[in-house]
Amino acid sequence: MSSTAHLTWFVRHEFRLAWREWLAMMTGGRRRRNRAVIGLLVFAAILHLPAYAVVARYVDLRFPLDPSSLIVLTATIFLSWALMLSQAIESVTRVFYARADLDLIMSSPAKLTNIFSIRIAAIALTVSSMALLLSTPFIDVLVYLGGARWLAGFGVVLAIGLSAAAAAIAVTAFLFRVIGPSRTRLVAQIVSAVIGAGFVIALQVVAVLSYGTLSRFAFLTSDTAARIAPAPDSPLWWPARASLGDVEIMMLLLAASLVLLGVVMAVFAPRFADTVASVAANPAAVTQGRARAFRSGSRQQALRRKEFLLLRRDPWLLSQSLMQMLYLLPPALMLWRSFSGTSTAIVLITPVIVMAAGQLAGGLAWLTISGEDAPDLVATAPLPPSRVTRAKIEVVLIAIATVFAPLVLALTFASPQQAAVTAIAIIIATASAAAVQLWFRAQAKRSQFRRRQTSSRIATFAEAFSSIGWAATAALALTIPVAALVSGILTLLTLAIAWKISPRQA
Amino acid sequence: MSARIEPKRPIPVNKPLIRLYHHIYGDMPQHGLIRISRSICPVRFTAPKRFLSKVTQPTSELPDRHHIMTSQLSALALRGLTKRFDRPAVDALDLTIRVGEFYALLGPNGAGKTTTLRMVAGLLRPDAGSVSILGIDALADPVAAKQIMAWVSDEPMIYDKLTPLEYLEFVAGLWGIDPRASEKSARNLLISLGLEPHLNERCEGFSKGMRQKVALAGALVHDPRLIILDEPLTGLDALSARHVKGLLQERVRTGCTVIMTTHILEVAERMADRIGVIASGRLIAEGTLNELREQNGRNDTTLEDMFIALVDTEAAAA
Repeated sequence: MSSTAHLTWFVRHEFRLAWREWLAMMTGGRRRRNRAVIGLLVFAAILHLPAYAVVARYVDLRFPLDPSSLIVLTATIFLSWALMLSQAIESVTRVFYARADLDLIMSSPAKLTNIFSIRIAAIALTVSSMALLLSTPFIDVLVYLGGARWLAGFGVVLAIGLSAAAAAIAVTAFLFRVIGPSRTRLVAQIVSAVIGAGFVIALQVVAVLSYGTLSRFAFLTSDTAARIAPAPDSPLWWPARASLGDVEIMMLLLAASLVLLGVVMAVFAPRFADTVASVAANPAAVTQGRARAFRSGSRQQALRRKEFLLLRRDPWLLSQSLMQMLYLLPPALMLWRSFSGTSTAIVLITPVIVMAAGQLAGGLAWLTISGEDAPDLVATAPLPPSRVTRAKIEVVLIAIATVFAPLVLALTFASPQQAAVTAIAIIIATASAAAVQLWFRAQAKRSQFRRRQTSSRIATFAEAFSSIGWAATAALALTIPVAALVSGILTLLTLAIAWKISPRQA
Repeated sequence: MSARIEPKRPIPVNKPLIRLYHHIYGDMPQHGLIRISRSICPVRFTAPKRFLSKVTQPTSELPDRHHIMTSQLSALALRGLTKRFDRPAVDALDLTIRVGEFYALLGPNGAGKTTTLRMVAGLLRPDAGSVSILGIDALADPVAAKQIMAWVSDEPMIYDKLTPLEYLEFVAGLWGIDPRASEKSARNLLISLGLEPHLNERCEGFSKGMRQKVALAGALVHDPRLIILDEPLTGLDALSARHVKGLLQERVRTGCTVIMTTHILEVAERMADRIGVIASGRLIAEGTLNELREQNGRNDTTLEDMFIALVDTEAAAA
């Protein structure tokens, strides 16, 4: 096989792998390609409706814009870039650690620099494709209503996808060099989570501190931001100008992204082999546990202890929890501010806390109920399954109580009634999330946490709707109690439907 | 290590007594202030003497292993055990394994060995039939049956983020073993399996053989009376395999019953008291090596030859 044929073959192989990984994500490992494609097309078609609602009013936007609009548009593009960077870091980490074909590739007579260059390009294209997929409905609406100039949006999305992938590879390679392969996995996951959420949270923190509101647009649309913004011809506004239809700047950005990716490929592809080899040579650093005497207690206590120990030592959960905690930072700051003011905006804290509790409980419940690495051991232990389940749910409740009790306690000083409503809503949201996980439990390894949503789409939606529903109910209970009743009943109805169609009930 | 049987003789401990204990004290009996014959009694007790006096009989006799093996109590009795998936995986299987016996269950891939053992371990619910473990109806009272049993699968299922000692602490806690006793036992087990340098290392970096040894130590730490192993020697190097075999033989010498599936026929030939051959979910031959040879009509044949002949005959008949 010639060198070119070799590379072409490998490109095909990479795209096949990327496609199958995506398909597995979408179908939960079940081979339903046609259904997945039809589902995707239907989803994309339906997405045009919310896209219309969001962007239709902006079709007449043209450069030059007022400073506030320019700032908001640029910030939105930067947020998209941060999210893509987060996704790309995860893809790169997966390639380093999880692909089962690395031994085969490394032992083949193919030129490794070329092979890894293709792999880097594949990561960039996968990240960009996902971004294009999600942005297409929005750009479609703009093109349909506002003309062909909006097609430049595709170029901008591609440019930020390619540059985000390049940055992700550079960040991961830097982490490898600085902290070594064994720590990089954990740190990269945390960095990925923080980058994904960090930008929005930072805007909220600034908004809370400066304007006493949780709105992330408060700072962006403020006079202060407009005053410190650079002149309209600054390169800082190029992404915004390109997305508004400036083809020349769009081409410039695309070219710059391609050059950046090319540089990253040239610099890092030859080192990729060394990096992968060091991961293989050191699959997991020897981590010493603390030697201590065996502890006494009931069987349920033994189960709870094990669950807490595993939760503490789970890097994925650590990064996920960190993200949840970061989301709690703005409401916590707002709470702190409210002690010195009379703002009614403090009511907004309750839905944020309840929603965060529901989401965190969902993740914890999956880890404890479904993510059992030794199911045979627990199933052959001499205690009834109901006690095992009870112990696992207790772990979720205790963990949620530990995280949220301080916030509720602080809220008690500001508004005892709101604290009571928040506490009750947290308990209900946690119980609902745990119930959904119980109804849809599917035994899996804890390492499959990232793909937990794919095991049941219904469970994912039920969990999300339940968190949102209870958050809304709690907020309404503080403002319009009658509406809270309706919202509560609707949320219960959602849960009842989920229970009815869960595998045990079918 | 020499054979050592506890100085007790068979006593009539059975399900009604276990139930009685449940009724009086509301929990499963655990282990003991007063040790009852571990070869016979399915549980160890921390029960007060007023209860134990009802179920124990003092004895000064020392039964040998032959006595245990020929006693009437079976470690495992399967009657008409049936499980169907898309086809019958286990087909009305009858099997009796005596207390203190090392029993090897052989069969080709897909014969129903693992399905049978998973039903015994309580991991699968049979479609029909009964499972009796040391006199306990495992389907009616699975918790009591699990208390005296251990299961080790061919794919070691342990927690990557725990150290071997932490894993064993968890297992001992699940079985309700006194931590002082279980800690010593856990350390000894891990050391005897050659894991002393790794006692406090997390299992995530362990090889498959090391993981299998940790899983095996977990199965033995609660001192089960019946040990079920599905391909326990898969992935072990020669030295580790010898450690494991030695450990299992030692357990059998102390009156424990071991049931093991294996594709390494030499292991079955050398270790097993009796061998059962299963094909298409049915027991097609059973006995000691000599009995199997007699059934086969040749005294110099190897187990491998007999096994292949039996399976071929069964396949031809099917």
